[in-house]
Amino acid sequence: MNTTATTTRAASAAAPSPATPKKERRYSASLLITEAVIVLLGLIFLVPFYFLLVNSVKEYGDILSNSSGWPLAFHWNNYVEAWKATDFPMAFLNSLWITVVSNVLLALICAMAAYKMVRRATWFNRILYLGFVAAMVIPFQSIMIPLVQVLSGLDIMNSRTGLIIAYLGFGAPMTVFLFHGFVKSVPIDIEEAGRVDGSTPYGIFFRLVLPLMQPIIATVIILNTLWIWNDYLMPYLILQDPGLRTIPIATYTFFGQYTKQWDLALPALVLGITPVVIFFLAMQKYIIEGVSAGSVKG
Amino acid sequence: MNKKRGSQLIQQLIFVGPTALFFVVIVAVPFFLGLYYSFTSWNGISKHTEWTGLRNYVHIFTKDPSFLNSFWFTAKFTVLGLVLTNLLGFALAYILTRKLFTRNAMRTVFFIPHVIGGLLLGFIWQFIFVRGFASIGQATGWSFFNLSWLGTESTAFWSIVIVFVWQNAGYLMVIYISALNNVPKGLLEAAKVDGAGRWQVLKNVTIPLVMPAVTVCLFLSISWSFKLFDLNLSLTKGGPFKATESVALNIYNEAYTLSRYGMGSAKAIIFFVIVAIISMIQVWATKRKEVQV
Repeated sequence: MNTTATTTRAASAAAPSPATPKKERRYSASLLITEAVIVLLGLIFLVPFYFLLVNSVKEYGDILSNSSGWPLAFHWNNYVEAWKATDFPMAFLNSLWITVVSNVLLALICAMAAYKMVRRATWFNRILYLGFVAAMVIPFQSIMIPLVQVLSGLDIMNSRTGLIIAYLGFGAPMTVFLFHGFVKSVPIDIEEAGRVDGSTPYGIFFRLVLPLMQPIIATVIILNTLWIWNDYLMPYLILQDPGLRTIPIATYTFFGQYTKQWDLALPALVLGITPVVIFFLAMQKYIIEGVSAGSVKG
Repeated sequence: MNKKRGSQLIQQLIFVGPTALFFVVIVAVPFFLGLYYSFTSWNGISKHTEWTGLRNYVHIFTKDPSFLNSFWFTAKFTVLGLVLTNLLGFALAYILTRKLFTRNAMRTVFFIPHVIGGLLLGFIWQFIFVRGFASIGQATGWSFFNLSWLGTESTAFWSIVIVFVWQNAGYLMVIYISALNNVPKGLLEAAKVDGAGRWQVLKNVTIPLVMPAVTVCLFLSISWSFKLFDLNLSLTKGGPFKATESVALNIYNEAYTLSRYGMGSAKAIIFFVIVAIISMIQVWATKRKEVQV
């Protein structure tokens, strides 16, 4: 025991000394040039944000005469006006409610459906699954015209409920597909153990399977959040009441009224992108992992 | 026995029922209704719809230059969007899997544009093209920036391409990074020992091994660019003179601006068929190039 510990320590102590010069060599001139090029490219990528932020606090005349320079004076009042004119808190809460509720329900019902479809592959479930896979290529424009008819027939047009139901239906194919691939790789032994212990099928799913599905649930929620939060056309068609506006609709409506009023439009845009950028920076690690995990399955 | 079958049925209803129901109501029923409308002259309001057979379809292919133009625009845009986002995305991934100090920060920078929706991005870039580029042009004197970026047909086309690449290259980068990280180090070392240069390793070892990621990235970039809508609507509104109108925007205008729902439905069905065919060909073609380790 003691000897192994010393040998490992000796090995690890010995390792850095030959590795140090090697490491220095590894950060070579070519790597330095690469680093410089990528940082420069990164800065170019950020230029639009510079223009957006700097001009959002300028007076109208200052924007026109001096678009790329630093503001002559900071007009924070632009933000106050944009905040009021877009009714920002309302649009934010609408977006938040719709995104959260759609996400939770979509993940839950699709996880349940995909699980059952894998574990009980009857002819009905197999055909249904094929239907989901085929429907993944349907563009929204191909169903939007009759969808509005169907929703008004069900009397759920112009309501958050109607929009959420639309997301549950249109999001189902992709979500089921991702879950289906994952469930197939979950070993069945643990469920059989649960059955022997006397769990009901519902207990087996909620206590044993659902916790195991956590990584793919995270992926699904990330992909659906990016989609639902930023979606414009579906809420635009379904919600006509100004009080129900989401952030993209509020921004679009605002632009229609204040075309080229950049001193109001730019702060409105900054407000519009802030929540999702903060969300991304906070959840970055999970979002990046989720996107790559989703692509492997998709 | 009967009790067991009953319980299976209830389970099926509880587990699969809700998803199946929402899918049928929101996707399947509207899809087939749309197929029906595409053979009618429905205007969206009247209860009375006249069955017109294939007339809408014949009209679209023979007397509707706007649809063919939007299709041509979308096709050109898709080819460029696909090539440029994938090249840039792969190049960024290739560079950002090297041991750089700024590696994680730069990954964040390139991914950020994707989290902002296309609609808001279009508006932001409208300002950049109208005001920002002009002021850079004044400062530098480079004529490139003094072009009327959204005002002429060819520059407006490139404007959308630029924004699209800026928005989506980072997303593909993330997928390529995870694929590059999964390439076994031993294989790369072995190739180097055998005397392969960096290009040869890239071409003969790395790229064949990341083909599954290429399949996914091509699929994503084709479907994003083919379904271009939000960005198109807020950046150029399809202008000038409908020169940058995507198929998705053309369908939208047909139905909601011109109130020709029957014709719009026919276009939507054609759009679906094209998207389906392209997706199948692309997945089939790149799947063949994937290798198993």
